Amino acid sequence: MNELLHQTLSGLATGGIYASVALALVMIYQATQDINFAQGEMAMFSTFVAWMLLEAGLPYWGAFALTVVLSFVLAAAIEFAVIRPMHKAPELSVVVVFIGLLVIFHSLAGWFFGYTIKTFPSPFAADAWYGSSLMSAHEVGAIFVALVMVALLFSFFRFTPLGLALRAAAQNANSSRLVGISVGRMLMLGWGLAGAIGAVAGMMVAPVVFLDPNMMTGVLLYAFAGALIGGIDNPVGAVLGGFIVGVLENLIGTYVVGTELKLSVALVLIVGVLIVRPSGLLGKKIVTRV
Amino acid sequence: MSHLLEVRDLHARYGNTQVLHGLNLDVAEGQVTALLGANGAGKTTTLRALCQLMVQTTGSITLDGVALNSRNTEQIARLGVGHVPDGRGTFMALSTEENLRLGAFSRASREGLAQDMDKVYGYFPRLRERASQQAGTLSGGEQQMLAIGRALMGRPRLLLLDEPSFGLAPLVVKDIFAIMRRINQEEKVSILLVEQNAKLALDIADTAYLLETGRVVLQGSSADMRSNDAVRRAYLGE
Repeated sequence: MNELLHQTLSGLATGGIYASVALALVMIYQATQDINFAQGEMAMFSTFVAWMLLEAGLPYWGAFALTVVLSFVLAAAIEFAVIRPMHKAPELSVVVVFIGLLVIFHSLAGWFFGYTIKTFPSPFAADAWYGSSLMSAHEVGAIFVALVMVALLFSFFRFTPLGLALRAAAQNANSSRLVGISVGRMLMLGWGLAGAIGAVAGMMVAPVVFLDPNMMTGVLLYAFAGALIGGIDNPVGAVLGGFIVGVLENLIGTYVVGTELKLSVALVLIVGVLIVRPSGLLGKKIVTRV
Repeated sequence: MSHLLEVRDLHARYGNTQVLHGLNLDVAEGQVTALLGANGAGKTTTLRALCQLMVQTTGSITLDGVALNSRNTEQIARLGVGHVPDGRGTFMALSTEENLRLGAFSRASREGLAQDMDKVYGYFPRLRERASQQAGTLSGGEQQMLAIGRALMGRPRLLLLDEPSFGLAPLVVKDIFAIMRRINQEEKVSILLVEQNAKLALDIADTAYLLETGRVVLQGSSADMRSNDAVRRAYLGE
């Protein structure tokens, strides 16, 4: 029984990380109606930047904040330089560009930082949380960070004029322009936010899986499954989906298929959701009268 | 009489397809000006050209002396041009209220937003009933009201209306046209109205232009247009 509880809680902790990456995916989807397949690799690259800053002697939270800002700028710049010229291209071309970005970031990270596995510190104490043997302080911290991010994003989308404008720009670019929204700026902002969220996710996952260019490959798949389960257009759903995938992955991996086949759980979930409920748990079915 | 909007020698094209061939047009301050014509005459393209939306233009467009043709769509919106587009341009997945709030995005300040919302709900009480409803589920008439309300939220000086009667029941059209006239008078908004239904348009307009294949072929006061033989035969069906 204790084992089951332990596996569930530990699943929640990895789920927090999937939730964060899923959130980044949803951010870009909200802004552009595209799935950024390079999201995981961008997060990995950001984590290497954080590692570099830490090696250079910055305190943890200083490096954390600076990395978030740099990742925002980098992602916004990618939107401007790479994605924007593609805005009239067919969907498949955009997908190819995303895959190109994935490969580029992967190779760049290997080239700049090497393929040897590096340790990455956690901002939370290394020992068990309040003497409990069930969860480490880092696991609790990662969950907390994911929840804070979703709360901030949810409020941003729901309660600020800028968040509303961002949603509007994704839905109907021409109508948005007619009410004075600069659609290009909104897309840059969406990408920037996704880059920043991905960076946070990377810094949370690195202490657990260690830092190397392959760090996010599996995480992106789980996050994608999470985003789909929760509803690809819903930040709250994405986080919920991320946690669900984390727990399922851990439980099924431990009790059913074994750790080697864990990743296939994500694929089964993706296919299952697409067949049974394509809009996800909390995703909005857009109803249109014609 | 002073002209709020002056259009001189306006050419517009989509890619290689030229649609407007040297259009001249004025909208007088405080008046309703109608743009009449058959399908494909270039009415919608004229409104799009004014907002630099989807078309390439040459020629001069000035709003109260400020050149519009060197600006992009969002800047023109912020200068006080409210555009109720062809097809209504509803943000389908957002609520009615969010659609209206977006209309105020072009304004420099959010001051008076709640009062303006109340004003729009005053013109269109149906929208208040549907405030939290997803806009995609509204009826065609309600979406038309929403599109006008959204444009009003930007406190426009010039309102461009693209076929507000399109696809709506005659009773709904009558309501909407009566409210447009009220908006024109109460809010002191000048209106440029594109309509295929010439009778409806001439009933509320002060002056009118008749477009054929991208050129103005006739212009005058609504009364003159109504009594013009060619207009009567071709557009009023008399």
